[in-house]
Amino acid sequence: MILVLAEQREGVLNRATWEAIAAAQALAAGDTVAIAAVGDAIDGPAQELAAAGVGDVMTVQHPALAHYTPDAWVQAAAGVIAAVAPRYVILPHTYEARDFAPLLSARLRIPLVTDVTAISGSGDAALFARPMFQGKLAAQVRPKALSNRSAAVAAIVTIQIGAFRADAVSRGSAVTPRALDVAIDSTAVRQKPEPPFREAKQAVDLSQAQRIVSVGRGIKSQENLPIAEKLAAALDAELAASRPICDSGWLPMERQIGSSGQTVAPKLYVALGISGAIQHLVGMKGSRTIVAINKDPDAPIFEVADYGIVGDLFEIVPAIVAALEKP
Amino acid sequence: MKIAVCIKQVPTREWQPRLNDGGTWVREQDVSYELNEPDAYALEEALRLREKHGGEVVVCSAGPARVQQVIREALARGADRAIHVEDDRLAAADAFVTAEALAAAMADERFDLVLTGLQSDDQGHGQTGVILAERLGMPHSTIIMEVEADPAAASLRVKRELEGGWFQWIAMPLPALLTIQSGINQLRYATLKGIMAAKKKEIRRAALPPGVQPTQEIVSLAMPTRSKQTQMITGTPADAARDLVRRLREEARAL
Repeated sequence: MILVLAEQREGVLNRATWEAIAAAQALAAGDTVAIAAVGDAIDGPAQELAAAGVGDVMTVQHPALAHYTPDAWVQAAAGVIAAVAPRYVILPHTYEARDFAPLLSARLRIPLVTDVTAISGSGDAALFARPMFQGKLAAQVRPKALSNRSAAVAAIVTIQIGAFRADAVSRGSAVTPRALDVAIDSTAVRQKPEPPFREAKQAVDLSQAQRIVSVGRGIKSQENLPIAEKLAAALDAELAASRPICDSGWLPMERQIGSSGQTVAPKLYVALGISGAIQHLVGMKGSRTIVAINKDPDAPIFEVADYGIVGDLFEIVPAIVAALEKP
Repeated sequence: MKIAVCIKQVPTREWQPRLNDGGTWVREQDVSYELNEPDAYALEEALRLREKHGGEVVVCSAGPARVQQVIREALARGADRAIHVEDDRLAAADAFVTAEALAAAMADERFDLVLTGLQSDDQGHGQTGVILAERLGMPHSTIIMEVEADPAAASLRVKRELEGGWFQWIAMPLPALLTIQSGINQLRYATLKGIMAAKKKEIRRAALPPGVQPTQEIVSLAMPTRSKQTQMITGTPADAARDLVRRLREEARAL
């Protein structure tokens, strides 16, 4: 069995879970896929997963799981693993997985392969592709069993957002979720979380955006941002930026795309004046369609773009806005 | 407070990779190295906490002899002393091996707080800090943007970055381990005085404990394959814009 650990917050399923399910199906090759959801009030996500008919759906519900903490989640995940003995455990490579998957790996002494972009082979012969050296190289990695492991799981694997397509999940007939009885020792939970908050009043979740217009150093100054904002409005897109723009304070950090910001995979990504440093590319190259506009014909952004225009963005962007206004 | 900062030496950002003959690692003789960027922010945060609360900052690094370069740099920036787990096998070690090596050398020091960068710019597993926390028996939190320590109450309150512009404060007891996000503070650089003082600071050598097993093997490394055929659109700005919009509507169906 391949076990997917679903991610939900406040009873809302993180859609990256579907990408993890697509990866699990790619790895399964005839083996079954099962999904576990962990939380307190999670009937909604459990029903949504069960209706898709991709395999058994299990829930671990407990008051100590009302809010995410690594110490509670690791107990729940370890309990599910002990109950179902999966061959692999798959999660989306989210901030939450990055927080508790290494703890699960360390506690159970199971290999953890993070940020996986592709899977080849299946069973014990599976190889996992992941970026190394800031995406300058791609590695094929094989997990190795530790002699003192405490569960016969080949590996825990986290899947890079956008690497697998949620709409590639093959669905079957609906199942009924079943509750697993996992003991959670709430006295062993050392972190006390406070409610999540947003600092900017118009905060957006870029990972959920359908279209993104992103600006880089080529925009030259904060005063020129309205040029990009007009294009974003015309495309019904969110505005984002590469790191130098956010470091300069021209846009808030939450709008930063790249290895130290967010990883996104929208339907359309328009890069304005972004040269395409690898730290930026790793955050957006999974986008369905990429448009790059840059004055430098050798800019690396053109290597990942579907459509490229070499030229002055201050002339081209207003022309695109004008062209969009015509049906 | 007795604060440890785990640092890693990684190839510089400008470095262009070349592979070894087996295609399983990079040609190390071509590499120039620097301090892993997120670790530099972790070091700066530790120095600021020491300025506020007193105590000492100890940098810890696991790697071959060459990592002394970044250890000396951290000492020059103001760390008090260092622990170096020295072994050639640590050059390409996975997060599990690195964490076990650090844990063995650090356990007896009884640190109040351990800081690491959130991930390394080389292998980028993003695991070492959290595994180390488990081996040292400490609670952890990751991707931290702000640290409020209360050593007298043995407690900590940290601001964690979530996705999509969300943040969260988390309280936990000390001792604890945090992985630090880049950009959390303004870095200081070494002064000439700091560089001179660093020469006299202690670096304790430790050995890689026996029996530590890797959890993954790099079967091959390669340049990422280019999967896209870029269509370059030419013409006047108005013509190119019209052509682009038409293609986005008709070919890409992205509008």
